[in-house]
Amino acid sequence: MRYLPTAFALLVFAAGCASAGARTTTAAGGAARQQAAAPAPAASQDTAAGIGPQYPSTYQRHPNPPVLIRNATILTAAGQEIQGGSILFKDGRIVAVGTNVQAPTDATVVDGTGKWVTPGVIDTHSHIGVYAAPGTFAESDGNEATRPVTAEVWAEHSFWPQDPQIPLAIAGGVTTIQALPGSANLIGGRSAVLKLVPARSVQEMKFPGAHYGLKMACGENPKRVYGQRGGPSTRMGNMAGYRDAFIQAQAYRRKWDKWNKDHQGDAPERNLRNESLAEVLRGNIYVQNHCYRADEMMQMLDLAHEFGFKIRSFHHAVEAYKIADVLAREGTAVSIWSDWWGFKEEAMDGIYENAALVQQAGGRVVIHSDDASGIQRLNQEAGKAMYHGRRAGIPITRDQAVRWFTANPAWVLGLDSLVGTLEPGKMADVVLWSADPLSVYARALQVYNDGWLVYDRNDPAHQPKTDFSLGQP
Amino acid sequence: MIAFLLAQTIAITGGTVYPVSGPKIANATVLIRDGRIAAVGANVAVPAGATRIDASGKWVTPGLIDGAGQMGLREISAVQNTNEATLRGNEVSASFNVLEGINPASTLIAVNRMEGITTTLAVPNGSLIWGQAVLIDLDGTTIEAMRVKSPAAMVADLSEGSKDAGGGSRAGVAQRLRRVLNDAREYATRRADYRRRQIQDLSASAADLEALQPVLRGELPLLVVANRRSDIETALRIAKEYKLKLILAGAAEGWMIPDEIAAAGVPVLVEPMDNIPSFDALGIRYENAPLLAKGGVKVALMETATENTRDLRQQAGNAVASGMTWEQALRAVTLTPAEVFGVADRYGSLDVGKVANVVVWTGDPFDFGTGVEHVFIRGRDIPLRSRQTELLERYKTLPPKY
Repeated sequence: MRYLPTAFALLVFAAGCASAGARTTTAAGGAARQQAAAPAPAASQDTAAGIGPQYPSTYQRHPNPPVLIRNATILTAAGQEIQGGSILFKDGRIVAVGTNVQAPTDATVVDGTGKWVTPGVIDTHSHIGVYAAPGTFAESDGNEATRPVTAEVWAEHSFWPQDPQIPLAIAGGVTTIQALPGSANLIGGRSAVLKLVPARSVQEMKFPGAHYGLKMACGENPKRVYGQRGGPSTRMGNMAGYRDAFIQAQAYRRKWDKWNKDHQGDAPERNLRNESLAEVLRGNIYVQNHCYRADEMMQMLDLAHEFGFKIRSFHHAVEAYKIADVLAREGTAVSIWSDWWGFKEEAMDGIYENAALVQQAGGRVVIHSDDASGIQRLNQEAGKAMYHGRRAGIPITRDQAVRWFTANPAWVLGLDSLVGTLEPGKMADVVLWSADPLSVYARALQVYNDGWLVYDRNDPAHQPKTDFSLGQP
Repeated sequence: MIAFLLAQTIAITGGTVYPVSGPKIANATVLIRDGRIAAVGANVAVPAGATRIDASGKWVTPGLIDGAGQMGLREISAVQNTNEATLRGNEVSASFNVLEGINPASTLIAVNRMEGITTTLAVPNGSLIWGQAVLIDLDGTTIEAMRVKSPAAMVADLSEGSKDAGGGSRAGVAQRLRRVLNDAREYATRRADYRRRQIQDLSASAADLEALQPVLRGELPLLVVANRRSDIETALRIAKEYKLKLILAGAAEGWMIPDEIAAAGVPVLVEPMDNIPSFDALGIRYENAPLLAKGGVKVALMETATENTRDLRQQAGNAVASGMTWEQALRAVTLTPAEVFGVADRYGSLDVGKVANVVVWTGDPFDFGTGVEHVFIRGRDIPLRSRQTELLERYKTLPPKY
């Protein structure tokens, strides 16, 4: 029985705000990737130029024969619902989607009769790997809760690729996650955007070309964690803390930008905290902001205006529906649950129709998990939110609801040119479902990540286990 | 007013009725009178003057019963002063009955009952012996009005969570539980000596030892939280030694030993979507509920997140997706929990004479596409309103309507 005292402890410290990061595309992994694949988004030059690639991705596509899934209902997340459709992918790329697709002779043909296909599921908010199972202190690596601003820490340096929660998420159709620091801190550090594949190191999972995120957190958590430890202890203290950090980062950025231009004298001294924040100011690192209440989101938008950066996505945002018009205007996405509410005071006003109302106002909705259990059912959560919206008279289409866990999270991570829809040229992140994925009864039958069959419900040879799970009951 | 309501007769007509106690009945009527079910069937005459509810094309089931949670015992789990479920400072709290901690005005009640959950177990929290859980209907302005059964179970913990009460060892926990039960037995035969202090020190207070008597007599079930296979076996062993009526809760590794559990005649409360491994249950898996059911174990389902008790429906749907039959899953959220908590004479199915907890759905209760049309609790047609519907109303068009 998981009573809330336990669950809550996790929520409080684990549940964080996502922050994605501009990942430096590296000479090695990145270039290889780009050749095989569609063009990657412009990689950020990390920090001031002159500092070379840092902790580069060594991700490599796993070889897999071409695959043709035929006669399925295909939800492309790009506006199409194709009955009796086929999808062909090869060398990690989607080759063709439609009703008349021929299989090359070397293709594996999968009968999709009665089954459904969507893009791979993307979670903008996960703590898998940084708060790994089995949940001991030894693996509690998600919050550097030693001071309120830790922009210098990177989630990838905590990430444990042998977390047994990873295969569970894969079995739920998840192909990409943003692993985030927790929400104890005002600024919790950089996120890691990862391909969810079996790997020995986090570098092998790093999504080439992805943008780092910067995790920021509003409200209750920072003031609770630091209230008795030197502050902040109030929401106004929270705001002063962000502002102070970004004022320092502005000065740092000016110094480095000048030096990068004229190379006069010695290079300025590096400061990891300011490097991350300066990259936010340059637009290379995306702000992923844990923030529940509408009034606090409005404060954070003002903060972003003050320092000239964009908030890519609010996370949790249970009150997004109260300011749906503003969020649409600002172009800030919301990464939300379908129905979580009430477990803490700032979550009191969560309603089922949050997603639908933001969608209706023209905003960008993402269904996120913040939870190792929920990440396995993001399709179900989207279904819940869609149907509740419809019952409230808000006409959400199935395509829109599928975008909530595919195309829209891809945008939040800056990966929308690479993944998130089933279109030729996109990376072959593909899920075959037993039924309509927005139904409670649907299960992922096959999961392809970059064309690689990483999970097959009916074939134990394709049901990865992490090292931790070997020899366990 | 109350008398008028009680005298009301309601006829739910034309729906597909799932009585749970028997096969579904197409185009059937459920007749409710004075808060009880007066008739169920395809050929029920609707009395003149009855309020008719047209359920054509709809599904009609008993109200759903959640086998866990803390409804009314906490408003916001993170706000300590809204929490009433834990008696601090006592590792053995057998005399702690949560009933008077329940707040009938809790906003969580309306949010969850309008999704078809009509009855829940309100469970204390604690260390070794948590106290007495009570079964409540999610309607009523007083605890007397809400109470279905109090106590419904004595709750104890043999999982990792209670290790401190055993000095840091599972073996210590089991030994301590036996000591408490032994002392309760001794206390029962020597109450006078106890009062005169002519007895060695016992391991719990008189009130706690007294509260354990119905458990020792096999009248009040002992609901034991246990997840690891060896902990489940410890619970079965102790229950056998003391001839207790046992209910297992959690039972994450129960799928490994369905025969053992079934042979002991012990029912199990399972949360089907719970599959994150911990050292308390490394063998936890999605298929637990279906495998237990297949093995002949009586399975009831639970959703332990109190504020989202409504997700019991999703738990059931996922149990089906993992291999339970749909009929087993419906029973696991209606008649089976009623049996487990000893109220199947009044709850859990649509049968004449039972309390009229009835839900009219637009379709399959487990499907996300299904809406709730009516919820009857003790025959009252519950308004489908909550704090959340009011928020929706206020903000559905912006700027909001203040």
